[in-house]
Amino acid sequence: MLEFRKDLFADERDDNLNVIGKGEQRQDMLGHVTGRTRFFDDHGFDGLLHLKVVRSPHHHARIRSIDVTAAERAPGVKRVIRGQDVPLNKNTLLSLIDFGKDDEPTLAVDKVRYKGEPIVAIIADSEAEALAAVKLVRVSYDPLPTVFDVQEALKPGAVVVNETYPGNYFEYHDKYDHQKLRFGDVEAAFRTADHVLEERYQMSPIEHASTETNGTIAAPETNNRYVVHSCAQGLFFSLGTTAKILALESNRLHFIGGTVGGGFGGKVDSLTEPLAVLGAILTGRPVRYVLGREEEMQFASPRGAERHVIKDGVMRDGRIVARQITSYFDAGAYTRLTSYGVVKCVAHMPGPYTIPNVRGDAYCVFTNRVPATAMRGFGVTGVDFSIEVQMDKLAHLVGIDPMEFRILNAYRDGDMKAHRRVAHNTALIECVQVVAEKVNWPLSETARRASSLSGGGGPRAAIPPTVTDESGRIGRPETRQAPPQLTPGAAPLPAHQPRPAVPVYQPPPAHQPAAALPNYPSQPADAAPLPAPAPPVPNAPAPPQHGAARFSSVFTRRR
Amino acid sequence: MARMPVQFRLNGSDRAVFVEPAETLLGTIRRGLGDFAPKFGCGQGTCGVCTVLVDGEPRLGCLTLSVTCEGRSIETASGLADGPTLHPLQAAFMEHFAAQCGFCTPGMLMAAKALLDRNPNPTRVEVVEAIAGNVCRCTGYEPIINAILAAAQQRGVRRA
Repeated sequence: MLEFRKDLFADERDDNLNVIGKGEQRQDMLGHVTGRTRFFDDHGFDGLLHLKVVRSPHHHARIRSIDVTAAERAPGVKRVIRGQDVPLNKNTLLSLIDFGKDDEPTLAVDKVRYKGEPIVAIIADSEAEALAAVKLVRVSYDPLPTVFDVQEALKPGAVVVNETYPGNYFEYHDKYDHQKLRFGDVEAAFRTADHVLEERYQMSPIEHASTETNGTIAAPETNNRYVVHSCAQGLFFSLGTTAKILALESNRLHFIGGTVGGGFGGKVDSLTEPLAVLGAILTGRPVRYVLGREEEMQFASPRGAERHVIKDGVMRDGRIVARQITSYFDAGAYTRLTSYGVVKCVAHMPGPYTIPNVRGDAYCVFTNRVPATAMRGFGVTGVDFSIEVQMDKLAHLVGIDPMEFRILNAYRDGDMKAHRRVAHNTALIECVQVVAEKVNWPLSETARRASSLSGGGGPRAAIPPTVTDESGRIGRPETRQAPPQLTPGAAPLPAHQPRPAVPVYQPPPAHQPAAALPNYPSQPADAAPLPAPAPPVPNAPAPPQHGAARFSSVFTRRR
Repeated sequence: MARMPVQFRLNGSDRAVFVEPAETLLGTIRRGLGDFAPKFGCGQGTCGVCTVLVDGEPRLGCLTLSVTCEGRSIETASGLADGPTLHPLQAAFMEHFAAQCGFCTPGMLMAAKALLDRNPNPTRVEVVEAIAGNVCRCTGYEPIINAILAAAQQRGVRRA
């Protein structure tokens, strides 16, 4: 819980907090309107060299040979860089937080896995000379069969895209082929649901198309360091990645940046920094590596494609009693950040709704497409779109107004979410109410009076008995009642622990009486009572946790 | 290839440079003369971040050859302010929050200046038309349009 300590440094600060609600001039605005803001490319250097890259014309091919002799002799060419010149020519971005295996070369050596993959870098006096020399590099390929569809890629016998992950799926904790979410018993709930609706949703990759393309200028400094003008959105992340790939001490890199000409997630991949710095090391001169617009589209990561299959069980009165989602994320040929997006997706699968039985399976799949990365809510945006379209369809199916339908199923403060975190500061009900008011959408009196602050918690805070899979995984019994423990979702049960019996489906408790929507029938009188809710957790301040610990399912490696 | 001498005025100062025959005005202004206000975005005339004024007319710096600018007068966003005094467009852009990342701003300002110089009292539609070739990917078009209209109004007041 966040605590605001006003007693610390009180005399050094104005605590009136009177900024919100007023216009406040941005500190960088004067630079923007005078043209004085310096983006990475707005730096002049004497003797600046330009780096351009030979890219794969194939989606998938073995490289038989690379001949750079003509390019090396071309006018203005100062240096040709190949894969073997890169000190650590295999990396994955999240290795900095110990998540995933190194799987992507800076320059491809034996195989290319997507169209646009870099193979050889040319450094020359001018961009035109570098581009001319790029055309002189002779690469001979043996084209390989390709796979572009996530579900095709997961089939046995599919073409292996990325040999680091021979199953074409990212391996979570080095052994799981996907991320799993289990909460309650969806199968039993489907059997008792009045309606079951299964739909498939998918979205194409989306290019960020920031007006500034990715790029870097790197130059030797006088103190045996390199100055790096970078477009990176995560400057220190990029510094760490560059230091790792080039096997340099990170204090020999002086990164300057933070002024980004549009990022939206498309500048977190350190696509240009390592090669630009390597070029500066090898030539002893400033090197500029900027993607053209076509390269930006072809090689710089987009938001990846996603496919979500959603199956919901709903009662005639509008309560969603079960939700099952199978999600496929197209990572493209390399991991970059998709593995992390999938983790976010799983936490978001029920959406902002309290559903008593949820089952989710999400796969991070490799295909011969451009590797995908972050973009504005990635991992959540696609599944959110799918869920909300599904909500409209469900509302239509049971004949309830879609706004009322959302209020009826909305999570409330104190509810247990399917990934076993208690919902706090929920406001979906209030958001729907405000939207309805703004667009003059008639809501029932009950829906207007509903509140996220009441009606939640209690039995809705309980974790239902959860079915385990064939290997006895999912859910630790000792966490069943207690909210905010960090539960390793896939930890095996202790051997002696009896597997929880498959529970009889029980309808969720009716929404809190005062705010209940009276038009909906109350729950059957003969429903078995739910287990008594856990005693309220005392509001003692939680021990401080490092950010990495809070997201331990991502940041720690389990075996 | 032989380089060619070119002379033009850049923001009121006479400049002389040697350029490659195929060199773009954007490249000459940025890497040749060190004025980094106009930006490179697409290199194919679709995004407008390289917009500069050539004899008062908006031109795409990435598609204009430097050798065609002999004897011309070039203006960029660096030359908009009069010493420490901001141009009304610059002041209005600040006032109306008409920039987010700032990358499209120099081009937007020049497209807007060309409009106001020839049409001091534009309609909203004319403003939209004038910046139709300038892409803002932070999608802040409304504040930009409002800022340009406000600048026009303010200049009108000052003239009256």
